[in-house]
Amino acid sequence: MKKKLIPYSIILMFLITFTVFYKSLKDTNIYTPETNINNDIPIFLADLLLLNENSTSTEIFELDKFYLLNIWASWCVPCRDEHPILMSLSKNNKLTIIGMNYKDNKKNAKSFLNKLGNPYEKIIVDKNGTISIEWGAFGVPETFIIYNNKIIKKYIGPLNQELQMEIQKTIK
Amino acid sequence: MIYSVVGHYSLILGFCIGLILIFLSIKNFKNSNQLDTKILSFSFLQLFFVLISFLALIISFVISDFSNETVFNNSHTTKPLFYKISGTWGNHEGSLLLWLLVLTLFIFIFLLRTKNQPTKYKILTLGFQQVIIVGFFLFLIQTSNPFNYLFPVPDEGLGLNPILQDPALAIHPPILYLGYVGSSIIFSSALAATTLKMVSSSWAIHIKKWVLVSWIFLTLGILLGSIWAYYELGWGGFWFWDPVENVSLMPWLALTTLLHCILVLERKEILTSWVIVLSIATFTLSMCGTFLVRSGILNSVHTFANDPERGLFILIFLFALIFLSLFIFFFFHQNNKNNLSNFFWLSKETSILVNNWFMMYFLSVVLIGTVYPIFLDVLSSQKISVGPPFYHKLIAPFLIPFLFAMAIGPRLKWIRSDLKDKIYLISLLIISILISFFIVKNFNINTLINTILISSALYLFFITLRDFFNKKYKNFAQNTAHFGFSLLILSILFNNLFSSEIITNLKVGETYNNSKTKIVFESINQKKDKNYKSIIANFNITSSEGINNNLSPELRIYNQPNITTSEADIKTTLMEDKFIVINLVQNQDYFNVRYQVKPFMLWIWLSVIMISLGGLVSFLQKRI
Repeated sequence: MKKKLIPYSIILMFLITFTVFYKSLKDTNIYTPETNINNDIPIFLADLLLLNENSTSTEIFELDKFYLLNIWASWCVPCRDEHPILMSLSKNNKLTIIGMNYKDNKKNAKSFLNKLGNPYEKIIVDKNGTISIEWGAFGVPETFIIYNNKIIKKYIGPLNQELQMEIQKTIK
Repeated sequence: MIYSVVGHYSLILGFCIGLILIFLSIKNFKNSNQLDTKILSFSFLQLFFVLISFLALIISFVISDFSNETVFNNSHTTKPLFYKISGTWGNHEGSLLLWLLVLTLFIFIFLLRTKNQPTKYKILTLGFQQVIIVGFFLFLIQTSNPFNYLFPVPDEGLGLNPILQDPALAIHPPILYLGYVGSSIIFSSALAATTLKMVSSSWAIHIKKWVLVSWIFLTLGILLGSIWAYYELGWGGFWFWDPVENVSLMPWLALTTLLHCILVLERKEILTSWVIVLSIATFTLSMCGTFLVRSGILNSVHTFANDPERGLFILIFLFALIFLSLFIFFFFHQNNKNNLSNFFWLSKETSILVNNWFMMYFLSVVLIGTVYPIFLDVLSSQKISVGPPFYHKLIAPFLIPFLFAMAIGPRLKWIRSDLKDKIYLISLLIISILISFFIVKNFNINTLINTILISSALYLFFITLRDFFNKKYKNFAQNTAHFGFSLLILSILFNNLFSSEIITNLKVGETYNNSKTKIVFESINQKKDKNYKSIIANFNITSSEGINNNLSPELRIYNQPNITTSEADIKTTLMEDKFIVINLVQNQDYFNVRYQVKPFMLWIWLSVIMISLGGLVSFLQKRI
């Protein structure tokens, strides 16, 4: 009996280690930071892609409805992954999707939209990345939900099916 | 584009050959009079396909083929050719392909070079090795394929992280991997030898070469990583106890212990359990390192990819290997009855055993410091960070008996020794204590532990130095390595105790003055290079002894990706390094200046080279 105790306890120890590592893997997913929520949106003036004009933040987010601001770039690989989700969200007319084209070249951005579809009503051009900083973005892709000129949700990293459901629940 | 296709299909072919080889080795194992010649040709073919696929990736990098996702993520047309090539293994996918290349290369060499060993053993080793290889193939193809196709094809890539654009780092991964992967051969053959109950002296002699090869490469790999951190990260240190550094140190500790156990096993049929457990541990720790680095569980300067799917795969694979080896160990291994009773207290093997326990202690300290934060986070959602003081406090005191045993042990005889003719051991001890007392008194460092540490390191230093001139003493390899180790500890100690640092903010034209040093910020130049712009600051530094130095640290602003790095300027002399680094202060014309004088830096690198030289000598020499 005593002889078998050692192997069993070692195996048990490794099983516990496995469980802990497994759990910590699950924890490192997309997270929602607590800061920057319920803050007013920043005020800015920017060029719009596809329309040769510029616009201010108050003009873009003026209506009494939900807005989704998505920061993307044609060179960003995860943006390709989340693109179908944005396409299906754009069919919901309670929600207006605004794009922010981050540090991108106009030609590449346009060819990206031609090939994969355009879910955005307006696209703000953020050539040097400064507007994204004002929004408190960490990188691309990143998504903000805006209502009544306030940021109510923020997602870092690509959107997925689960987050799509959550967004649909929020705007109901 | 065509290269990606070629590379991708070669990978799949290599994977299929892995499966064939597992099948062949099972078949050959059942009726094993001699090694099936097909096995040798198939493993050559496997090596060939992996090589093709690796070359295909290199070519895709060289011609900047951005339809390949890996190239797109890690390269850029304006990058110098050297970094385009080294970019191949500077990323997750490419580095795993390199792993695979070395794995297949080593098993091929193993089959080719192993003579005088039973055929069954060779076949079984191949079988275990192929299980590992097939696992890596699956991992590569499933979760991190280096040949993913990207459409629409982008015009330009994202560029390689500038801090990775450094010559030392370009060769650091391949060297380190040779060490890591070498341990996989030790793992497989230890499992095979356990299954066949042939863990004995003749096996120890055979596997010793492999242990030495992996050990040399692992030592040099760690050294290169450390040199890179010193020159490139600009923090002025060479070891940060960063989790990623720790995961390379842990296999090294296990491997060093294994090497010493093998030396004992060579002479005397003892410590067999130690050898088997350590062979398993070395490889599992290397794998565990890969898991921790690649899964993004740890937060460190090296974190590459945050992909839980990859992490999950390695985790399952790692634990499958652990349970397989545990099963083999408990099921097949029988401990010799006379294992412990056979030790005389004063003998070479006793001192090796004592130091093995110390090594295990150091290993557990590093292991706990690295994984405990993960456990705590999961079990109680608390985040802690374990820093250098933890390691220093737990390791430094135990270095003292460790160094003493290291000094005296090799002077003892195997099996049974006495203290005759050992007066010089005591006289050297007194000399070392006197010298260290003198150093400590002279430089006003009044801590007891430093005095004792310096004396113990000096003791090892003197004893090994004496033996270089002792004609009767034959073990030149061991002596070189131990001498290197004493030099390493001494250099680290002096470096820690006598370093000085000045941190200040200066504008162009200003001067900083204290009793010992005068720093004049003379001018700024701007320069444009192929893929970055740089601001070069010129400093004139005068020390109290009147020595004058011009140092020009740099700030580099890379265009792709847009990152600023600070390049330290380091003036290396035999006795000390002068290290200066600048940083921008937000929205001001001030620069933040850090100036350090670090004695014995060069000796740290040299002593590690000397340690691995000891390994090399042992590898080349015939057994006495």
